[in-house]
Amino acid sequence: MKSGWLYALAVAVLVLVAYGAHVATLDARSAKPELDLARSQTTSGGLYVAAIEPEVADVKQGVLHSWVLTVKTADGQPVDDARVAIDGGMPEHNHGLPTSPRMTEYLGNGRYRIEGVKFSMSGRWELRFDISAAPGSDSVTFNLVL
Amino acid sequence: MDGRTVWLAMAVLVSAAALSGCSGETFTDEEKATIALLSLASLPPLPPDPTNKYADDPAAAALGATLFFDQRMSIDGVVACGTCHLIDKQFQDDLPRGKGVGTTDRRTMPLAGVAWGPWFFWDGRRDSLWAQALTPLEEQREHGGTRAFYAHFVAENFNERYQRIFGPLPDLSSVPEQAGPFGTDAEKAAWATMTPEQQDDVNRVFSNLGKGIAAFERSIAPQETRFDRFAGAIAAGTEPSEDAALTDEEIAGLKLFIGKANCSTCHTGPRLTDDSFHNTGVPVVAGLPEDLGRETGAKEVAADPFNCLGKFSDAGPEACGELRFMVKDDPRLTRAYKPPSLRGAATRPPYMHAGQFATLEEVVDHYSRAPAAPSGQSELHPLNLSERERQQLIAFVKTLSN
Ligand code: HEC
Ligand code: HEC
Ligand SMILES: [Cu+2]
Repeated sequence: MKSGWLYALAVAVLVLVAYGAHVATLDARSAKPELDLARSQTTSGGLYVAAIEPEVADVKQGVLHSWVLTVKTADGQPVDDARVAIDGGMPEHNHGLPTSPRMTEYLGNGRYRIEGVKFSMSGRWELRFDISAAPGSDSVTFNLVL
Repeated sequence: MDGRTVWLAMAVLVSAAALSGCSGETFTDEEKATIALLSLASLPPLPPDPTNKYADDPAAAALGATLFFDQRMSIDGVVACGTCHLIDKQFQDDLPRGKGVGTTDRRTMPLAGVAWGPWFFWDGRRDSLWAQALTPLEEQREHGGTRAFYAHFVAENFNERYQRIFGPLPDLSSVPEQAGPFGTDAEKAAWATMTPEQQDDVNRVFSNLGKGIAAFERSIAPQETRFDRFAGAIAAGTEPSEDAALTDEEIAGLKLFIGKANCSTCHTGPRLTDDSFHNTGVPVVAGLPEDLGRETGAKEVAADPFNCLGKFSDAGPEACGELRFMVKDDPRLTRAYKPPSLRGAATRPPYMHAGQFATLEEVVDHYSRAPAAPSGQSELHPLNLSERERQQLIAFVKTLSN
């Protein structure tokens, strides 16, 4: 009798442990490769170093807000007179941005105001900037998680 | 059966019970965060409407409420806003297409929480609640009147009340009885004979009527549902009980809604809409004129003289971000529509912009199959839901209704 209980207990423990291991491997598998969330990046062709900063303290879902994009050359000189086009979206959901943000003002010192940004849902967003100035055209993509 | 087998069976049962206990009722932290976002508790305060300086004026709202239900505000004397937006039916009419003076091409929209959104109509062709209200008044199949007619109507029936709120009424004595830019040929011709000053006077009175009606509509707020009480308990870490409890089936539906079925990508936030526009491949209704959704809506709102940037708006361009930065000329706008709030949806069939689906079963079947769009590109991917999962999703959607 007694050994029967022990046997049952042992099997139950084994089943639970096996389940735990299964859950653990699922977690390990679903964990995505580390996402680069850096707010400052070198553009893909190496022409510029671009940094972004929201103008509001708290970027809320579904609310329009502005960002400041700072563009410098690789050796740290601020870039004037750049033309900036903004694009982006949610790669996992196959959709673009819900608005058409634009560069609306040059703030000096390589800083550009980007107005009309909105993130309509939580998750991973991409913001892509195409930058054209005297040194040439280049682009950079930032990841943001809401 | 020998002893071993019996004990083995018991062991499996015991562990199965332990496992079902832990997977059925609990949510991951990520799920909890999403549930909190959907809950009414995360509804922000009613946003101000700087385009309407009467938006929060109680006298304007009271006049607006009167006008909303006044059937004399129509060409045949029997259509009010409240004819299609019925107060005891979540401000909608249960019909596939709204019926006023004639039958329209679209489903009447419910109004709870409408003032929280930036875009109005299925295709967002208006950018304020007051500019929206002007549209059905002049649509021939809805109220069927003209702006000159409404200006005269107010001067005759609400003269003092109007002037107390909006200031002096202009002299309308030489304004034709019926005249407007969207009416019959005769009404358009009459409008064209008016001087720009007369047109301006009439436009001002007309826009003020819209602003009063909008002030009233701002009071129509979404109601707490069982889901919100459940979400409240989850957020507080307490056991949801009694009128806050969800059944296992409803909880499974909630998990699908925010998980595998991806519903909350578009039906997000406390109003269960992202206020954006999506092509979900909803079929066309045979016999109706071509409907391109937001593709047309974006052009219309940009051209609307009553939009945020127009002269009848009380706001400067800095308040017009939604309009200034809206997406235009993009192929993804074709047949894209605004996701309706799912609050109360279970008790107001039929569904979609032209009442295409009669039941929630048909809606969920559509999402499961994700057919190709009649035009443009559907954003959906087939979910291949089992019969059980369909029932779970429907059970969850019902927790958003009272
Ligand atoms: C003939 C029926 C009918 C009448 C009358 C009517 N509506 Fe509507 N309403 C509709 C339909 C149909 C839609 C959706 C139309 C579309 O998208 O093209 C709608 C949409 C709306 C919306 C947009 C809601 C949203 O979520 O975007 C509001 C607000 C609204 N109506 C208010 C009013 C007001 C105010 C009046 C009176 C001035 C009015 N309606 C008169 C049928 C009607
Ligand atoms: C890609 C965005 C998107 C996703 C994902 C999505 N919806 Fe929708 N939903 C919409 C849009 C847009 C409409 C209106 C479409 C139309 O009328 O053409 C809609 C309409 C509905 C309606 C009809 C409401 C009414 O009042 O007519 C229901 C119910 C609904 N969705 C439930 C769901 C459920 C359940 C899921 C998950 C299985 C889901 N939706 C996923 C965008 C989405
Ligand atoms: Cu998304």
